[in-house]
Amino acid sequence: MIIVGEKINTSRKRIEQAVREKDAAFIIKAAQEQANAGAHYIDVNAGTFAEQETEYLCWLVETIQGELDLPLSLDSPDPQALSAAIKLHKGVPMINSISLEPDRLQPLLPVVTSQPCHVIALCMAETSMPTTIEERVAVGSKLIGTLTDQGIPMENIYVDPLVQPVSVDTNMGIATLGAIHRIMNDFPGVNTICGLSNISFGLPERHLINRHFLALGIDHGLSAAILDPTDKQLMATLLTTEMLLGRDEYCENFIDAYQEGRIAG
Amino acid sequence: MSAFKSLSEAVIKGDAKAAVAETQSAIDSASNVQSILDEGLIAAMDEVGDRFSKGQIFVPQMLRSAKTMQECLKLLKPMLQEGNVTTKGKVLIGTVKGDLHDIGKNLVAMMIEGAGFTITDLGVDVPPEKFAQKVQEIEPDIVAMSALLSTTMTAMPLTIEALEQAGVRDKVKIMIGGAPVTAEYARKINADSYASDAGSAVSKAKELLGID
Repeated sequence: MIIVGEKINTSRKRIEQAVREKDAAFIIKAAQEQANAGAHYIDVNAGTFAEQETEYLCWLVETIQGELDLPLSLDSPDPQALSAAIKLHKGVPMINSISLEPDRLQPLLPVVTSQPCHVIALCMAETSMPTTIEERVAVGSKLIGTLTDQGIPMENIYVDPLVQPVSVDTNMGIATLGAIHRIMNDFPGVNTICGLSNISFGLPERHLINRHFLALGIDHGLSAAILDPTDKQLMATLLTTEMLLGRDEYCENFIDAYQEGRIAG
Repeated sequence: MSAFKSLSEAVIKGDAKAAVAETQSAIDSASNVQSILDEGLIAAMDEVGDRFSKGQIFVPQMLRSAKTMQECLKLLKPMLQEGNVTTKGKVLIGTVKGDLHDIGKNLVAMMIEGAGFTITDLGVDVPPEKFAQKVQEIEPDIVAMSALLSTTMTAMPLTIEALEQAGVRDKVKIMIGGAPVTAEYARKINADSYASDAGSAVSKAKELLGID
């Protein structure tokens, strides 16, 4: 399971303040903590800065990679911000994300082919958001086709099936889970990824819902997730589910996490 | 509210069957249609919006109440078209250009409609010119805009600019909302109001028009 640590996002007040003040120590600590907790990529998002997004996103890349040898997930819908940030990134980054939306697809294709990278392919269609399993699979297939045509290996593609709130339509959970299953089956080697919090919008006990959704996602083939790896209950769900599905030989990851205090019930 | 207490309670609970039966019996007993609407349905939805804003109820419950109200409205509509039924005001709503998110916008539209406003929904990815053209056409009291991305919320000031160019900016109140949007941003772009959720969108809309 590939983990993308989601905490360095300026929609969080404390992060916004740190980025605005260019508090490098605070940001490095936030990245280090997530890496220690098991993150393979550290997501960086400076979206709340609007006009200065590119500048702050680049500052985040240089600040974190100046201290830590970690790949980042460059998180923006803005091709210009991504294009600037990818040039500064050392190693192979994750690009979060590309979609079929015309303002995003065409400007981003040259960016994601400019150097080796992993790409999150968000299942947003040209003019609407998919709702059913079939619509998600159709958009995902089109994105996979477009990216592989550009020479991006299947293994570097992470399809995000688009998570929508179950509070608004109780079929939304199964629509995402079903799409994960179909995409993993139809495209051997591809990855699926998603964030968890959209599923629980409009409901109480959101952490509880997010955790259970993660477990179900893993069971349906989800191979990566964007989450807070310092959330010990969430990580316990992740590691326990993988163990119970026979993906943790000798239960090593689970026991290690227990002995290192990384999980909690 | 007292005359239509059981109707209101059924709407708040989201019990469509009971609410429709209550509406029918109110009609049969020759109650004033405007009173059924105001004191039965709208009063109930005001309560629903209030409870939602306070975190006492959640989105599925709010949706259920709104659907229940819509069922009741089907019975009232034929009569509403004949008489002079008042509306609290006209609201034009849409998700701004480049943005396809509709869930939040739909919740706001539904609650505003439930509160007794007339709503015109332009859908998603609405260009500034389309907002301006529709404002000229239907002359709404409020223009409500939604954006869910930091990159698309910049279409909000562009839309306001389009309204200015069309000479209609001063004829409407502008309300904005969506995940990256803040009250501070509303001030910055000279919008008239910011709403953080569907419940508060209703109270903000009333505030803007000096209702209550």
